[in-house]
Amino acid sequence: MRKSGWVVGLVLLSAIGVAGVPLTVAQVITIGHVAPLTGDIPKVGEEGKFALEMWVEDVNQAGGLLVGGKRYRVRVIHEDNESKAESAAAATTKLITEDKVLAIIGAYASKQAIPAGVVANRLQTPMISPWSTNPRTTKDRPWVFRAAFLDDFQGRVLAKFIKDEFQVRKVAVLYDVASDYPKGLAEFFRQGAAEVGLEVVAFESFTTKDRDFSAQLTKIKNSGAELLFTPQYYDEVPLIVKQAHQLGWTKPIVGSDSWGSPELMKLCGDDCVGSFFSTHWAVAGAKGAAKAFIERFQKRYGYVPGDVAALAWDSAHLLQQAILDCGQLTGNLAQDRKCVRDALASIKTYQGITGAMRFNEEGDPIKCAVIVRINAQHEFEFYKSACP
Amino acid sequence: MFLLTLVVTMLLTAVIGVLVERVAYRPLRDAPRASAAITGLMVGIFLETANLALLGASRKTFPTLLEDTVYRLGGVILTNVKVMIVGLALLLMWALHLLVQKTKLGMAMRAMSVDYAILPLMGVPVNTVIVLTFALGSALAGAAGVLFSMAYPVLEPYMGLLIGWKAFVAAILGGRGSIPGAVLGGFILGFIEIFVAALFVSTLRDLIAYSVVLLILTYRPYGLFGEPYSARLRL
Repeated sequence: MRKSGWVVGLVLLSAIGVAGVPLTVAQVITIGHVAPLTGDIPKVGEEGKFALEMWVEDVNQAGGLLVGGKRYRVRVIHEDNESKAESAAAATTKLITEDKVLAIIGAYASKQAIPAGVVANRLQTPMISPWSTNPRTTKDRPWVFRAAFLDDFQGRVLAKFIKDEFQVRKVAVLYDVASDYPKGLAEFFRQGAAEVGLEVVAFESFTTKDRDFSAQLTKIKNSGAELLFTPQYYDEVPLIVKQAHQLGWTKPIVGSDSWGSPELMKLCGDDCVGSFFSTHWAVAGAKGAAKAFIERFQKRYGYVPGDVAALAWDSAHLLQQAILDCGQLTGNLAQDRKCVRDALASIKTYQGITGAMRFNEEGDPIKCAVIVRINAQHEFEFYKSACP
Repeated sequence: MFLLTLVVTMLLTAVIGVLVERVAYRPLRDAPRASAAITGLMVGIFLETANLALLGASRKTFPTLLEDTVYRLGGVILTNVKVMIVGLALLLMWALHLLVQKTKLGMAMRAMSVDYAILPLMGVPVNTVIVLTFALGSALAGAAGVLFSMAYPVLEPYMGLLIGWKAFVAAILGGRGSIPGAVLGGFILGFIEIFVAALFVSTLRDLIAYSVVLLILTYRPYGLFGEPYSARLRL
């Protein structure tokens, strides 16, 4: 029992120490990062974290950001949202109210980005979601921006691509009805298909964590569909594709940007070769700044970065641009956050590694989608650019 | 290769089972039932998160132990892996049934589930029987894990959670303590799930499946093959 006195004393001492630090050290801009570091899609969180670490290193090695004649170092606080909607809201609240961040980068999947966006907008803090593609993330939320294109755009572009490329008339969709992103994209694809004259003959669903899709795939196979579209994540795609092949499905399978993780081919292997998906960028065939980014990332972390890393990188640079455009930081957090938000909204064009972009009035970027084909070397190869 | 994996996995999970018994259950043997149940949940969470911490949250792929062969019988499509899983599962359950019903160890296990306080008086080495029960249960869980991963080769730390619940529901449906009942319960649950997804929409699957389970339990509260033995005991 006597030992506890010591412990309390030590804790108090260290608390005083920590509280004393900001008074003496140079100016720091704190940015919050809300990412799925554990849970269903941990690789997504990891890539985002690595991209931001590279950004922080760049900025601080250059002596920090020069805003209004003062130099600021940047610091990123990474918070895990466990791939859960409720944890994303909690992590965002913590970053804004307790860590007093200037802006938020994250969350990633729409399931977490939508609730995180609610919090950021209510607490009037600028947020850029690198990867969320559901319209609701930014809709009617002036404080929320994103670096990725939208599901409705992606759904329409994919429907048009499928019609032109494969010359088919009947298509099937298999999606997770309990997750915002696949459900949203499946519905936008259905609308897009109707617009270009494709018939959706099977619109089959399952629920998150399902591992067996044989009932749905049997229905799809018997529906006369000539192509399967499945906007699922990289841990479900291998099971869907393998089970489809076991049931004798030999027709094309097309996916969406959620396929674009380096993990996909480790889990899927040869079964995924020859499939197409739409995404934000392609590694094979990258040039200039994008190529430099890929090489640096691969050298440092040992694998080729997916679209998540690229979009997180672009999000960080958009934020950096906005902070610089702001001209001056007052130290009054509410005022500075407003200044950064306004600067983000008025960025003219930003040349990112995922393409040139600017924001529309909803905070969504105007940019092109990339269609990727998975080649025999298991690489994601650039196939076509699809602009609206 | 496949048999080796299966046997080694079963041995390893048996060891883990025995350790869990020693660390988490034996100290609580005289505690109220609820404490043991809560401990069970905690051990489950501990093992899953330990897995997360040691192996990371990334998905792992399960190597192909048996090459897929697809059989087509009319409109029915089967793979050798699926057929083998059903066959092996039935074989293991049959062996377990024989062990529980026909051997001395099985008799001790059954006696223990009725009243373990009086068992030492009959000269039954309670500790040994409990350890063997845990080893056996864990080995079977290991076998289930290998078979499941062969059919669905994407591994993640929480993959066992849902299967565990379903196994529990199947066992209750079949009647606690009845192994043929658990097999039947499992098949009933599986049939309902697949046919709801095939005939209606998958959103209704769990709703309909568990409604049927509730309905069966309303009319047979002790499950399909269970007997209200606890009532018989209170003399």
